[in-house]
Amino acid sequence: MGRIRKMAKDDLLLQIFAYMLLIAMIIVFLFPIINVISLSFSGRQYVERRDVLLWPLGFNLDSYRMIFEHQYVIGSFFNSVIYTFVGTLYSLTLTVFGAYALAHKRLRFRSLITLLIAFTMLFSGGLIPTFLLVRDLGFLDKMWALIIPLAISPWNLIVMRTVFQQNPDSLEESAKIDGAGYFRILFRIIIPISLPVIATIGLFYTVDKWNDFFNALVYLSTKSKFPLQLIAREILVTFSDQSLNRIVNAADADRMNFTPMTFRAALIVISITPLMLVYPFLQKYFVKGVMIGAIKG
Amino acid sequence: MDLSNDKGLYLMLIPVILNFIIFHYIPMYGLQIAFKRYNIVLGIDESPWIGLTNFMNFFKSYNFVMVVRNTLTISLLLIIFGFPMPIIFALLLNEIKHKLFKRFTQTVSYVPHFISSVIVVGMLLQLLSPSGGALNIIRSLFGLPEVYYMGSSEYFRTIYVIMSIWRSTVFGAIIYIATITSIDPEMYESAVIDGANRVKSMIHITLPNLLPTITILFILRLGNILNIGWQELLLLQNPLNRQVSEVIQTFVYRRGLIDADFGFGAAVGMVNSLVGLLMVIGANEVAKRVGETRLF
Repeated sequence: MGRIRKMAKDDLLLQIFAYMLLIAMIIVFLFPIINVISLSFSGRQYVERRDVLLWPLGFNLDSYRMIFEHQYVIGSFFNSVIYTFVGTLYSLTLTVFGAYALAHKRLRFRSLITLLIAFTMLFSGGLIPTFLLVRDLGFLDKMWALIIPLAISPWNLIVMRTVFQQNPDSLEESAKIDGAGYFRILFRIIIPISLPVIATIGLFYTVDKWNDFFNALVYLSTKSKFPLQLIAREILVTFSDQSLNRIVNAADADRMNFTPMTFRAALIVISITPLMLVYPFLQKYFVKGVMIGAIKG
Repeated sequence: MDLSNDKGLYLMLIPVILNFIIFHYIPMYGLQIAFKRYNIVLGIDESPWIGLTNFMNFFKSYNFVMVVRNTLTISLLLIIFGFPMPIIFALLLNEIKHKLFKRFTQTVSYVPHFISSVIVVGMLLQLLSPSGGALNIIRSLFGLPEVYYMGSSEYFRTIYVIMSIWRSTVFGAIIYIATITSIDPEMYESAVIDGANRVKSMIHITLPNLLPTITILFILRLGNILNIGWQELLLLQNPLNRQVSEVIQTFVYRRGLIDADFGFGAAVGMVNSLVGLLMVIGANEVAKRVGETRLF
């Protein structure tokens, strides 16, 4: 009797512990975001008095208005959109081609090519040789430096290939009998039925490219070409952004209701909003994609 | 075997293979500048060989000990604190019966993964700010003195490890969650019949079933031991904490790229890549001996 009682008690403790830890996690995850959002909408005096924690005080939109005044933020936003869109298109196309081709088990040199691709996950030339190559190709300070090198993620390719391999052979056989070539089969048959995995991989690429700052940091030097992350880095991380100083100095101190801190907060909110808007719709695909990749990979 | 017909497939593969050869394998050829004194005018092929000088310079430099020590320390900390977290999270999430709460937790916790490194660091710096950052506000609410967290090397490791865990826990947990859901429910049922409670089930059923996954992921994790998350580290670095925050990868970036000491940077990077490769192979061998699972 005592043993059963102890086991039930253990279970209860486990439940309590689980709930407590997860609730603590949620707080830790959400608090920074809530804090930042509150700061971005708060008025100057409250922020300077250190009163703002969880909700905005002195609600105003000046910080956001100032974002538009900034020389580079809006432009970099559009840069990011372009880089991400073109980059994802390019990467996704190549990945689909590669995954589809390599899904054919009877293809000659298939194992060799797959090995070639997989090996790059283990070893690579490194930062310096890659940089020198990109420079020698004339891509420095050009958008192409962000799109073409390292366009294909071996991991994504392998995941997609695995999914393609699930398609029954009969699917292609019957099309081939009808005289269809591989390109037509790919575009007319395989892609339409594989939209979930293509969307998922596309999502992976999109998130990676939108969030990337390092490639831009290494290869771009003209500020007007910087993507959002790079401008954000100067404003939020290195604190080396001159434009912000200019805005703060130029603003009429009494009438403008923002501080560098609220400006930064607004920038953060703007940066994460696009993905946050899309995220609920895509969460399903995203989780599924990772699971497929993990289990089958 | 319709080899002639495979032309279409090869056509598709051409841009893919080209991309890999050009951007992955040609740089490997360029790695030879690690053994040369690279001269921009002469280029890769014509620059003079200097053998292991670059490597020796690295090993003998006064930075060497610091950089290696930092790299190992941070990597180990990340593994010790960061690797178990997704497992714990997955196990605990599995114990939650309340569907809505479960779904809510999952949704909320995937968010950090979508936020870019820059923004995460930016938020963190805001929180830690000595003038109005939330953390210091809370500290003063409790009567504690305010701390300039980013102003010294004291807190850096803690901050970085916590940030990494914040970002990566749930993403890593996805795999474990998926594995758990694929465990045959009958195993639990028979365990309950045998008189086990949830705690015992967790220990004796869930965990053993997770072991293959854990092993593989651990192998991969070890292989990446020197590489993971260093871009965030680069962002968190500042002159005040550089003593503990400079790791091999940031060192390569700083000396090899910014200071344009290309040969040196290539050499250090090569050491890094080789060690990583050795670690993966080594870990794989260990897994093979242990018997159950392996990567290749």
